[in-house]
Amino acid sequence: MNVLEIRDLGVDYLSQTGAVHAVADVSLDLRRGEILGLAGESGSGKSTLANAVARLLRPPAAITSGSVVYHRQDGTAVDVLALKRDELRAFRWKELAVVFQSAMNSLNPVSTVGAQIDDVLRIHAPKMSRKDRAERAVELLQRVGISADRRRSYPHELSGGMRQRAAIAIALALNPEVIIMDEPTTALDVVVQRDILHEIRALREEYGFAVVFITHDLSLLMEISDRIAIMYAGRVVETGTAEALHRTPRHPYTLGLLRSFPRLHGPREELLGIPGTPPDLRSLPPGCAFHPRCGRAMEECSTRLPLLTRGADGADGADGSDGEVACLLNGGRGVEEAS
Amino acid sequence: MRFLARRLGFYLLTAWAAITLNFLIPRLMPGDPVELLVARMKGNVEPEAIDAMRRAFGISDASLWQQYLDYLGNLARGELGRSITFFPTEVSTVIADSLPWTVALVGVATLISYLIGTSLGVLMAWKRGTWLDGVLPAATFMHAVPYFWVALALVFVFGVTLQWFPVSRAYGLDVMPGMTGEFAASVLYHAALPAITIVIASMADRILGMRNVMVTTLGEDYVVMAEAKGLTSRRVMWAYAARNAILPNITSFALSLGFVVGGSVLTEIVFSYPGIGSMLLKGVENEDFPLMQGIFLVISLAVLVANFLADLAYVVLDPRTRQESE
Repeated sequence: MNVLEIRDLGVDYLSQTGAVHAVADVSLDLRRGEILGLAGESGSGKSTLANAVARLLRPPAAITSGSVVYHRQDGTAVDVLALKRDELRAFRWKELAVVFQSAMNSLNPVSTVGAQIDDVLRIHAPKMSRKDRAERAVELLQRVGISADRRRSYPHELSGGMRQRAAIAIALALNPEVIIMDEPTTALDVVVQRDILHEIRALREEYGFAVVFITHDLSLLMEISDRIAIMYAGRVVETGTAEALHRTPRHPYTLGLLRSFPRLHGPREELLGIPGTPPDLRSLPPGCAFHPRCGRAMEECSTRLPLLTRGADGADGADGSDGEVACLLNGGRGVEEAS
Repeated sequence: MRFLARRLGFYLLTAWAAITLNFLIPRLMPGDPVELLVARMKGNVEPEAIDAMRRAFGISDASLWQQYLDYLGNLARGELGRSITFFPTEVSTVIADSLPWTVALVGVATLISYLIGTSLGVLMAWKRGTWLDGVLPAATFMHAVPYFWVALALVFVFGVTLQWFPVSRAYGLDVMPGMTGEFAASVLYHAALPAITIVIASMADRILGMRNVMVTTLGEDYVVMAEAKGLTSRRVMWAYAARNAILPNITSFALSLGFVVGGSVLTEIVFSYPGIGSMLLKGVENEDFPLMQGIFLVISLAVLVANFLADLAYVVLDPRTRQESE
């Protein structure tokens, strides 16, 4: 059922003044065909987590603990972190593709869009003839709404939205099981953003890949994701279905995030936001990293690190969702009030 | 295409300006070549001979405008006047005799230095953090060392002390110039030391320049994406990173190609190489204005041509420069 299982993953940035724990003890499951939203402020470790899973970290970043297991459709399990160079090369893009933060920079400026699809096919599907590859490139581009003659266009000749579509087309080239999308719509205007989100959903229905969708825009995530994980200071503090998170957020941080957006419908309510600034990862506050900014913090919060648990008595939440929260409030069940 | 046409127009204009300046500057200076020549012969010259020489040097009392037109006409026929140093040889002949030596020596050496230096820069950026970083301090040191110092050091070690290589001339006195293997071997043998000088002295710039741009390029998203695509490291390194990193280096390469013709004057002097640099030195020593004028003209035209080639290379290598043609 799970296509990707992340367990206790830790990533450090090694610096002269000591290690910065960018990602700590993160455990996440990605189910086959779902869209998992990953939200958090800048510096909360979302992108680092994504890059760690794709094995794209570069020094000084290093994975210090944990495991990432990928389950193929036929049931075989792959330990992603243990892949050797050639195995990793074969794993990449065929099983796990990435759409990067801004397509402006993720496309090679000196080569055509078609060529950038072509080189993936040439490496991973050496049996395809030149003609087949060209046909596949056209098919992919058309699938994301780019006309066939754009195959010969260079990235700078495309608009921002088209570039992002092209990046998605490249990600689809080998029908991967998992696509990591790192803020794929951040640089786009709202209308184009909406088009692309619809496109991603439609493609997901059609091809059945699973998506890890990273953004700092929680309201956008609510719309597109099946499940959401909230990150704070390198840890996952809450997971749950988009529904449940929207209706009954359990972590004070999630609640704060939700209350930072004005609502278009419904009764007026005060915009609360979250006081303070994100913590310095080099010297995290003891206990729950969020407690200095938390209005509900108790004495215990500054001494005990809350772990991600599935409600107080190990049962599912009251609403039947299988959400988890890392908060000491109410005996580990977190906030108990509707957003 | 319109971009290229516009560039070409710009270069033609610049060439015209260079030619005109080249015409004007000597005529704005006091004295003329004939006076110099007469002074050399300590005044023992018949008035008729002076007249003849004035005609030979094309000095006339005609209006500046008329002289300018004549000058352009002569230039079109490839006539640059006569050299004083090598009187009565024509300047164009002097240049034609020395230019090939320089172009072959400095041109080939520059090309080798560029190819090796750029490749090394790419590799060093790719493998940064490994033992290859040890090359950096050496490159920085070489970057600061002038050509002639390298030349002198090489002459001293390999020419004088070890006597592995000849230290002067372009070919041995014992061979006849011609299309023979013996002559070619002698030319290569004599070119070795000066060529090595140029390669060593200019390679550090290439290494450092390419490495720096390449390190920046490696941080670009498209390189990370190329890696995520599972392409081979060779392809990521060359087709994605180096292919983009080389663009800013094209200009400096083209400029150095332009200066090929100017020759590495000092290198040529140290090795008594019969190239255009040595000729320029002789011209300066003998106040040989026609020769200097001719050489400067050739150098400026060469720089212009090299720049135009750089523009062409840009259009081929960087699709973004082609955009305006729509």
